[in-house]
Amino acid sequence: MSAIIEVKNLRKSYGPAVAVDGISFTVQAGECFGLLGPNGAGKTTTIRMIYGFTPRESGTLQIFGTDCDTAWRSIKARIGVCQQEDNLDPDLTVRENLETFAAYFDIPSALVNERVASLLQFTALEGREHANVKDLSGGLKRRLALARALLNEPQLLILDEPTSGLDPQSRHQLWSRLDDLKKRGLTTLLTTHYMDEAQRLCDRLIIMDQGKILVEGAPLDLIQEHVGKSVIEVVAPCADLRGMLTEKGILFEDLGQRLILYSNDGETLYRDLLADHCHEGCMLRPATLEDVFLRLTGRELRE
Amino acid sequence: MIGFNLSKRFIRVWQRNYRVYRKTWMISFAPPLLEPLFYLAAFGVGLGGLVGSLSYGGKSTDYTAYIAPALIAINIMQSSFFETTFSSFVRMFYQKTFDAMLATPLTIEEIITGEILWGATKSVIGTALMMIILTFFGLLHFPHALLLLPVAFLGGLAFACVGMVCTAVVPTIETLNLPIFLFITPMFLFSGTFFPLNNLPAWAQGIANFLPLTHLVELCRASALGRLDVSNVISIAYLVIWSVVLFPFAVTGMRRRLVR
Ligand SMILES: Nc1ncnc2c1ncn2[C@@H]1O[C@H](COP(=O)(O)OP(=O)(O)OP(=O)(O)O)[C@@H](O)[C@H]1O
Ligand SMILES: [Mg+2]
Repeated sequence: MSAIIEVKNLRKSYGPAVAVDGISFTVQAGECFGLLGPNGAGKTTTIRMIYGFTPRESGTLQIFGTDCDTAWRSIKARIGVCQQEDNLDPDLTVRENLETFAAYFDIPSALVNERVASLLQFTALEGREHANVKDLSGGLKRRLALARALLNEPQLLILDEPTSGLDPQSRHQLWSRLDDLKKRGLTTLLTTHYMDEAQRLCDRLIIMDQGKILVEGAPLDLIQEHVGKSVIEVVAPCADLRGMLTEKGILFEDLGQRLILYSNDGETLYRDLLADHCHEGCMLRPATLEDVFLRLTGRELRE
Repeated sequence: MIGFNLSKRFIRVWQRNYRVYRKTWMISFAPPLLEPLFYLAAFGVGLGGLVGSLSYGGKSTDYTAYIAPALIAINIMQSSFFETTFSSFVRMFYQKTFDAMLATPLTIEEIITGEILWGATKSVIGTALMMIILTFFGLLHFPHALLLLPVAFLGGLAFACVGMVCTAVVPTIETLNLPIFLFITPMFLFSGTFFPLNNLPAWAQGIANFLPLTHLVELCRASALGRLDVSNVISIAYLVIWSVVLFPFAVTGMRRRLVR
């Protein structure tokens, strides 16, 4: 396997505020790599430095094994980007958006028609090609943004919150498109606030907060390592429960009206709890990436 | 991305704007066709009746023929200035068009160059349309008047650069009214447009000689009336200098604004 992205000690600050604080990671060919973190963690800033929008303050960056400072134009020609904000061209139709964007990449016009047709099909936008972008729903816009990012047949796809604001149908449709792309060997770097999405799509991911990487790894490994197999949520816990848990050395988080228990042997604990301590308001469920995320980044609001 | 990165790819940005323009050409064509008619009716017929003729370059010139080229010059100024201020601001700030472009191999230099050349192109299109109307009234002296087209490009370039510098520094779109109020409107009135500059006091003439529109009006009038002379070289040079000096400011200003 060869590295598609190699980031070392990447740093960026805006005035006194440090947005990205010396992070390092590597994305391998064919991988789907996730960047997770609360609002303001520095995900978009990181991504923008990678596709050459934001200048790096310090650190090194290699993409496709080439140095980004010298070969930036050829590197950009091989990357497809869906930015966080909608920036489709509202003055143009769906098809015109794609054609115009293809021109920015200097794609020969003989190829453009072919690619536009296949991408319209891939993103289920056929029949909409003459619609004005202004009139598209949020879901259709996202699909068009994905089609646009694929026009240059990128070897690296960068998606900044590709599914925020989408309905479940659109999200699942987008996921299966990303599965298709993955089968073709496309390397993807994505950010998301949906933990189920990250767990479903990412081979590996990092969780960052305040510009720093907290953990890196495969979703299931991270869950196992930081939370365990299962989680028990106890609503309105009785008075003696906290003491009992501390005594037994069981890991738990205290939210006042709610206790969150982490355990590798959830079933036994759950049965004990039901028998001895609480008769209702107790729920057993498998641990998820969201538990990891909240444990590591805390529950306070960020911005 | 160090240094100044300008390849011929800027043409793609120009083409994007041209494509949008073609979709709305019926609306875009109206002002340059109708405006000269309004002005000619008000100033030519209304005011011209009072003024009659005046002396321009030592020759008696009909007032309507005197102001017609100034109308072209004003249109050149406004077409490109409005394009690189309000229109570019909307693309930059509201539509995030430049952000999208910056995720492609396009550079900020290419985007700004494309926008400025598009502004100048709009000046040329407007001039060509106005020339049709003015020819119909017999107000243009051919073949010299054909020089109005390259003059429109040069003037358009100068004002497109001014506009882009404004767009790079204004905090909000409303702030763009400030350069219009302080720069465009006074020039509109005091650049030898509707009356000869030598009617002004000497100090005011001195100031007017530094206004780009004064030189653009001079070039338009000389071309339209077929009375070119060596002094026009100074006007050409002056507009070239405006463009050459302001272009780097436009690029660096926009880079500071967009690339963060
Ligand atoms: N252009 C800018 N000027 C000043 N500060 C900025 C700029 N861009 C980002 N920041 C700051 O840098 C920090 C990281 O922002 P960034 O957009 O990378 O976060 P994020 O992880 O993408 O957040 P979100 O999940 O909300 O998109 C934030 O505190 C933000 O306010
Ligand atoms: Mg972000």
